Amino acid sequence: MKSLTELNEIKQKVIKTSDYKILVGMATCGIAAGANPVMTELKKIIQERNLNNIDLQLTGCIGICRLEPIVEVYDSRGDRYTYVKVDAKKAADIMQKHIIEGTPCTEYLICDDSDNCIKNILETKSFKKQIRIALRNCGNINPEHIDEYIQHDGYLALGKVLSSMQPQEVIKLVLDSGLRGRGGAGFPTGLKWKFAAAAQNDQKYVCCNADEGDPGAFMDRSVLEGDPHSILEAMAIAGYAIGSNQGYIYVRAEYPIAVKRLNLAIKQAKEYGLLGNNIFGTDFSFDIELRLGAGAFVCGEETALMTSIEGKRGEPRPRPPFPANKGLFGKPTILNNVETLANIPVIINKGPEWFNKIGTEKSKGTKVFAVGGKINNTGLIEIPMGMTLREIIYDIGGGIPNGKAFKAAQTGGPSGGCIPAEHLDVPIDYDNLVAIGSMMGSGGLIVMDEDNCMVDIAQFFLGFTVDESCGKCPPCRIGTRRMLELLEKITNGKGEDGDIEKLERLAYSIKEAALCGLGQTAPNPVLSTLRYFKDEYKAHIYKKSCPSGVCKHLLNYYIQPEKCVGCSICARNCPVSAISGVVKSPYKIDNEACIKCGVCYEKCKFGAIYKK
Amino acid sequence: MNLLNVTIDGIKLQVPEGTTVLDAAKLANVEIPTLCYLKDINEIGACRMCLVDVGAKALQTACVYPCSEGLNVITNSPKIRDIRKATLELILSNHDRSCLTCIRNQNCELQALADKLNVREISFDGVPKGLPLDNISKSIVRDNNKCILCRRCIAACNKIQTVGAINVMERGYDTIVSTADHRSIADVNCVNCGQCINVCPVGALYEKDNTQLVWDAIKDPDKYVIIQTAPSVRAGIGEEFGYPIGTPVTGKMVGAIKKLGFDKVFDTDTAADLTIMEEGTEFINRLNNKGKLPLITSCSPGWIKFCEHEFPEFIDNLSSCKSPQQMFGALIKSYYAEKNNIDPTKIFVVSVMPCTAKKFESDRDEMEQDVDVSITSRELARMIREAGIDFRTVEDAQFDNPLGEATGAGVIFGATGGVMEAALRTVYYILEGKRINELDVKPIRGTQGIKEATIKVAGIDVNVCAVSGLGNARKVLNMIKSGEKNYHFIEIMACPGGCVNGGGQPIVPAKIRNKIDIRAERAKALYSEDMRATYRNSDENEFVQKFYNEYAGAPGSHKAHELLHTHYIKRERYLSKK
Amino acid sequence: MCQNCNLDEKQKKLQEVLNKHKDTKGGLIPVLHEAQEIYGYLPLSVQETIANALGIPLSEVYGVVTFYTQFSLYPKGQYKIQVCLGTACYVKGSSNILDELKKQLGIEVGQCTKDGKFSLDACRCVGACGLAPVMMINEDVYGTLMPGDVANILKKY
Repeated sequence: MKSLTELNEIKQKVIKTSDYKILVGMATCGIAAGANPVMTELKKIIQERNLNNIDLQLTGCIGICRLEPIVEVYDSRGDRYTYVKVDAKKAADIMQKHIIEGTPCTEYLICDDSDNCIKNILETKSFKKQIRIALRNCGNINPEHIDEYIQHDGYLALGKVLSSMQPQEVIKLVLDSGLRGRGGAGFPTGLKWKFAAAAQNDQKYVCCNADEGDPGAFMDRSVLEGDPHSILEAMAIAGYAIGSNQGYIYVRAEYPIAVKRLNLAIKQAKEYGLLGNNIFGTDFSFDIELRLGAGAFVCGEETALMTSIEGKRGEPRPRPPFPANKGLFGKPTILNNVETLANIPVIINKGPEWFNKIGTEKSKGTKVFAVGGKINNTGLIEIPMGMTLREIIYDIGGGIPNGKAFKAAQTGGPSGGCIPAEHLDVPIDYDNLVAIGSMMGSGGLIVMDEDNCMVDIAQFFLGFTVDESCGKCPPCRIGTRRMLELLEKITNGKGEDGDIEKLERLAYSIKEAALCGLGQTAPNPVLSTLRYFKDEYKAHIYKKSCPSGVCKHLLNYYIQPEKCVGCSICARNCPVSAISGVVKSPYKIDNEACIKCGVCYEKCKFGAIYKK
Repeated sequence: MNLLNVTIDGIKLQVPEGTTVLDAAKLANVEIPTLCYLKDINEIGACRMCLVDVGAKALQTACVYPCSEGLNVITNSPKIRDIRKATLELILSNHDRSCLTCIRNQNCELQALADKLNVREISFDGVPKGLPLDNISKSIVRDNNKCILCRRCIAACNKIQTVGAINVMERGYDTIVSTADHRSIADVNCVNCGQCINVCPVGALYEKDNTQLVWDAIKDPDKYVIIQTAPSVRAGIGEEFGYPIGTPVTGKMVGAIKKLGFDKVFDTDTAADLTIMEEGTEFINRLNNKGKLPLITSCSPGWIKFCEHEFPEFIDNLSSCKSPQQMFGALIKSYYAEKNNIDPTKIFVVSVMPCTAKKFESDRDEMEQDVDVSITSRELARMIREAGIDFRTVEDAQFDNPLGEATGAGVIFGATGGVMEAALRTVYYILEGKRINELDVKPIRGTQGIKEATIKVAGIDVNVCAVSGLGNARKVLNMIKSGEKNYHFIEIMACPGGCVNGGGQPIVPAKIRNKIDIRAERAKALYSEDMRATYRNSDENEFVQKFYNEYAGAPGSHKAHELLHTHYIKRERYLSKK
Repeated sequence: MCQNCNLDEKQKKLQEVLNKHKDTKGGLIPVLHEAQEIYGYLPLSVQETIANALGIPLSEVYGVVTFYTQFSLYPKGQYKIQVCLGTACYVKGSSNILDELKKQLGIEVGQCTKDGKFSLDACRCVGACGLAPVMMINEDVYGTLMPGDVANILKKY
């Protein structure tokens, strides 16, 4: 492609005239839910019935993963219908009734919170509150066709930058937008680019951190699977800004579909001359190579990621020197998160002032969150910075299921902290979250209710960190393990006076002394649960009880004599023969012998066993 | 070079650009504790002991943090002390704390640091690691239960020596210093140079202790126990008894050894002179008869094993001469035994070497049991202490004769370039009939890793090279392979700086190693002994002359070859065949 | 995985990978990924070949392989059996199940049968304690197991 004119031609070109456009969600979530048979069935029917007025495409994740497989139908009037939980049979119904006979299948359409079936996702309360910038194309375009990306303003920003802007102007634009790193630390993106641009070197690198490792986070995955070209375009723009001709995308090997779609996107971009030598006919060249991770969460850390690309163990390095001066292969390098990059083309096209208007004073723009846990509407959302947790959980998230009480929301994954009910009205942005003891993190948001034990949650996250520590520095390698041992001691009912103080001292020391962000933030889940839920810790230690009824070793199981019919199933299944009784009379559990495995609880058909 | 103004604990000073906070502090006489830091070898900021306040959001590791204009550093404060203590407690919680029976008791950097930081309690204790000992190697023992994962040994093995026998394996809490497939170092390409031991701050790496074998031999009335000491030992062993680095203590060393009960105390240097006769002849032979050149010295067993693993294509270049240690044993059990009517089977030869690889060498199948036991300088020091000998007040003594009178050429073997210089002195004399001009040989002296000189001898421009450190050996051999360099004669010593810095020498803590060039200091002792020697050329050694006249005929004779030469084998590059 | 290739074909494929990546910067990890694709895991001999070709000491290659969880030193079977050794399962005799599996398959934990069909691993709690003892074969969950059930279940595969 030699010029913007050529790009425009593709943009204007109508690929197909069709009466109906059907999009099938085929990101990892969709496929896991069974989208493949749906796609196969639709293709089959189209072929058998010779329907050549239908444009059938695959698309990425639209964010309502719990309702996958999703099939969206657009008709020639511009109406949009969102069908959810589709299987092959429903797909056939939809083809017959809606496409061929012209009557939408209302019983298969998406419903809003009050169970009213509406037409499409845009009408849901959740969607109305979102501003989709990073996710703008996810679920709307076929990520495997570059033309679709171009039709949605794709590569316009790159063309604009190369034909009418100097590198310094690009950097100023990004600086002015206020965009901050979406990987978790929130460092101003424009500043990062500025440092790298100032470094003097013949070779510089642009890296994309697609090693999304937080358990429960899949924001980046959705962008990579649903809109890979946005990343390629953004990296090329970054390359132009800092003076680099080579980019690397470090993507975790556990995302095979993302890898496949990225490779395809790179190939198609190269074919169009939008990547490679002399892009848009200028003397700017930029190439992108994919590098796979190999199962190490720590490789999401900036210097560890670069060390991994260099073919070594993914161990972080001390900074300074900073990557902007000495990064990958010793050259000036910038590393940006997927979501950060996804924002770039839009910021270029719509201008920094437009971006500025969204969000809070110090945190501009939107944030994608992967909402999970004890919440009705799990999935992906993109909301403006500054929205409160209350709005996220109740307005968008549909509230806590089963009428349970909200207890806390965890952000930032294993590096973050929990937000208790008292802070439900804090506007979510980088600095506010740090002030209340958590952090933005990459966007995972786990909701917990009264049935969750906060000590258990802290232990879970710490267990993850211990597994993923690289092992280079003693504070993290040994310190996190010692912390975990303390937590296990507490949840096993062996907590002692002084353990909380030990935990705090350890946590504080590790935070200050660890070499990298993984170690420095590893104590956060413990620190924040100690800050807001110290009583739970105390109960575990001094009363040897778990108030939420989670920690197995602190539970006592009891049989309610009124409900027990004496069937003896519990006694027969008890691995340590702790239940005794006579058939047809109420049985009794010996709590000394009980190992709290919970099998009796599971086996009882009469609900006669309870735990406390 | 720009100068920067920095402040360390209130002390203002100027330092060149590029100076780290740690080095700047040293200039201000402020000591910041370190564990993993080893100048030029291991600078990774891993142990977190040197954390200081540089005015940034987080504390920074002084060992790698660069000074900048106006930097204001606080190296000690209540907060910093708390964090250092906590970090050290964590390291200790994972460490086998059996200090009383540890080989590094009282010479351990971890012990010293714990005392210095006043750590009296370990609040976070953990389950002992219970890892198996690796004591299969003849030279080196590894105890991962004491390892603090500072990675200094890995830097020595990979960066300096470029052997790569050990590295860091696994991840997280299970991280361990180990070999490929977690085999014993005896079963991989470890060359036994012991540089890892020299840089280990704790008792995780140490030499195989063979002192009991020596005690047993001395006790055995049936055995005739002869001990030989390498030149480097006399330059280093004084440090074990409080003498400054590089103090020559030959007289006291001999005196102390004599009190241990050996039948004879001889000087390896004599055998070194013998080696020069054999190797000098070998060189002249190859030079005159278009033999395989360059000729490469073979007295460093660490180098030999490295050659066998990594550069088997150079095996034919190696001198077939045994090392002085081995030649000594060979002539003792033949010529000496005959001359003195001693049954050679009753002779027990002990060698004291600055070297751990000599233990491996003495046991090679390719060597007959010339030497029965090789012990390191450190083991000798332990024997002296155990025997209750007060080294500092021992009266100076002389080596026994006849193998006690070596020339200066024999002494300088311990310094890098020493073997080459000794050889050149004799070769030049044989070919030219006069003594070489010392200035011509000067380029070969010094602690630089690769030194070259060209000597005009018998009408030929002989290119010589002296290399120390296996990383440098690799460089030079690759340059020969690529044709970039053309040498006639190369001396290769496995240990950087030569044998004075061998894997068996007294351990010098990092604090001192970072400040003083121990190689240069110890080498000085040898060169000064050379200057004072009556004879300075190997061909002047009367005992050696007698040995040829009465026994072996001439250098390079059939008998000499039988007794004093050996051969080498090609080894698998990485893993020994099971 | 190149399941139907014989050893020579695998070696040839490995050589092609090494040739392709001889100039790739930081190429060790892409090479290890592709080598594992060919062999199903990374045996020491393959690591040696890679070490020699790329000029990296074997100890460093091994250090990289053992750092990343995706790289396996042992072959994984077509059917991966995982026996839960969490407390509930353990007490209900999952170690007996494990022993029976070892006997039936003739392999130890962490190993793979010679025909590449089954690999045996122990795992942490899978969260199905009500069905203790539990084992998983790929995604299939089997609960309330007795040692006698093992043979019949294996026959299904």
